[in-house]
Amino acid sequence: MTMILNMLTIFISVALVGNYVFSETLGICPFLGVSSKPSTALGMGLAVTFVITISNAVTFCVFHYLLKGYEYLQTVAFILIIASLVQLIEMMLKKMLPSLYQSLGIYLPLITTNCAVLGAANNAIGNDLCNGNFILSTTYGFSAAVGFTIAIVIFAGVRSKIDNADIPKYFRGVPITLVAAGIVAMVFNGLLGGIKLG
Amino acid sequence: METLKAILIPVAIVGGISLLFGILLAVASRVFSVKRDERIDKIKNCLPGANCGGCGYAGCDALAEAIVKGEASPVKCSASSAENLKPIFAIMGIKEEAHVRMRAQVMCSGTGELSKRKYRYEGAHDCVAAAKLGGGDRVCPNGCVGLGTCAARCPFGAIKIIDRVAVVDYDQCRGCGVCVSACPKHLITLIPYDSKHWVGCKSVDKGPITKSYCDVGCISCRLCEKNCPVGAISVNDFVASIDNAKCIGCDICVQKCPRKIIWSADSQDGHLVIRREFLKPDPKI
Repeated sequence: MTMILNMLTIFISVALVGNYVFSETLGICPFLGVSSKPSTALGMGLAVTFVITISNAVTFCVFHYLLKGYEYLQTVAFILIIASLVQLIEMMLKKMLPSLYQSLGIYLPLITTNCAVLGAANNAIGNDLCNGNFILSTTYGFSAAVGFTIAIVIFAGVRSKIDNADIPKYFRGVPITLVAAGIVAMVFNGLLGGIKLG
Repeated sequence: METLKAILIPVAIVGGISLLFGILLAVASRVFSVKRDERIDKIKNCLPGANCGGCGYAGCDALAEAIVKGEASPVKCSASSAENLKPIFAIMGIKEEAHVRMRAQVMCSGTGELSKRKYRYEGAHDCVAAAKLGGGDRVCPNGCVGLGTCAARCPFGAIKIIDRVAVVDYDQCRGCGVCVSACPKHLITLIPYDSKHWVGCKSVDKGPITKSYCDVGCISCRLCEKNCPVGAISVNDFVASIDNAKCIGCDICVQKCPRKIIWSADSQDGHLVIRREFLKPDPKI
């Protein structure tokens, strides 16, 4: 029961309150780059969810069983793991779920350079709520990714409205996108104070 | 010794992890390798690569796959010329099929002030959006909206808006049909590339009504229908249309039309050229 409660707390605090894009400012590059259409944004979000969940599970095992006493190798080892994992997942999907592979397209290899993946792995290790627990660490990764998906899909919706809006000439393109991102982030910060993380 | 240990062990750990994942990836690339017919890539290189979707498949890659599987014929690619399709037949080792080159034709002549406007449109620069606002700013319910949704969608950049009517550049047009589905007024039709005549109007209003808002609308006077020597023209729903299969390009309809909306194009040095600039219609008729 405590376990389920902990999982729920982690989910709400990481996916909504401490949203990776809006509060932690992680994964901004794909957030701005792949949010022009809601459908592609959802594809990117699903791919990220897939990779972060698995990478969190693997990095947890590596950190706790391989890097005992050599914790300072964490970042190097994690980058290595994430890059190989993305490759591996790409090959597996190509063989086993070609339809999913095609709909994810180029977003899958792009995730290698998504800092939210490394951020989620690092934060799950140092987080008090996760408490060195495998299931909770994986839940942490999954929640972070769901938060990323929510953020990017919502923002893609906002951007599709921007496309049809009459915007002053000098604000068109990147400036209005950044302004809109700031406003959406402020809305999300309204959730702060609901639940405090650890 | 201690220093050496402090260096070697982390190196061994990271090296070990990399080696492990390297081997894992090498094994995985064997286990999860997907056999791909090399003909797919060869055929893909022969296709235009615009991913226009005119063939009914998701893109050039999907069509190449369908061709290799035998599900589709190479002539499905309307964007390729017969010349470009030849190597595909050679790769597949199948008999060549006839390929009719098509072109898009915008069936509206209402340039500039020839066709009346009912309001000043200042909304989003998109024909579909404009057409939803009282059918667009033209009084004519079937006229070109002229905001260039077809031009924006054309994967070959073959359409331009000239004086508020979309005009197709025949040299660039590959007949993929993307514009046909993009036009909210259904004004664009695919016709065989060498078709000589077409009627530049799709107004289905009765003659006097059409005349009240457009100087170049078909008033269904049937002069073209009566004078056509091969019976290629028919007037249905108060607008004339030409059957390109029957048309012999004799030019009689062009001369007879009192509204001057039957257009004509000729082949000159391998390029298709519209023979005359638009003529002002006779104000008496």
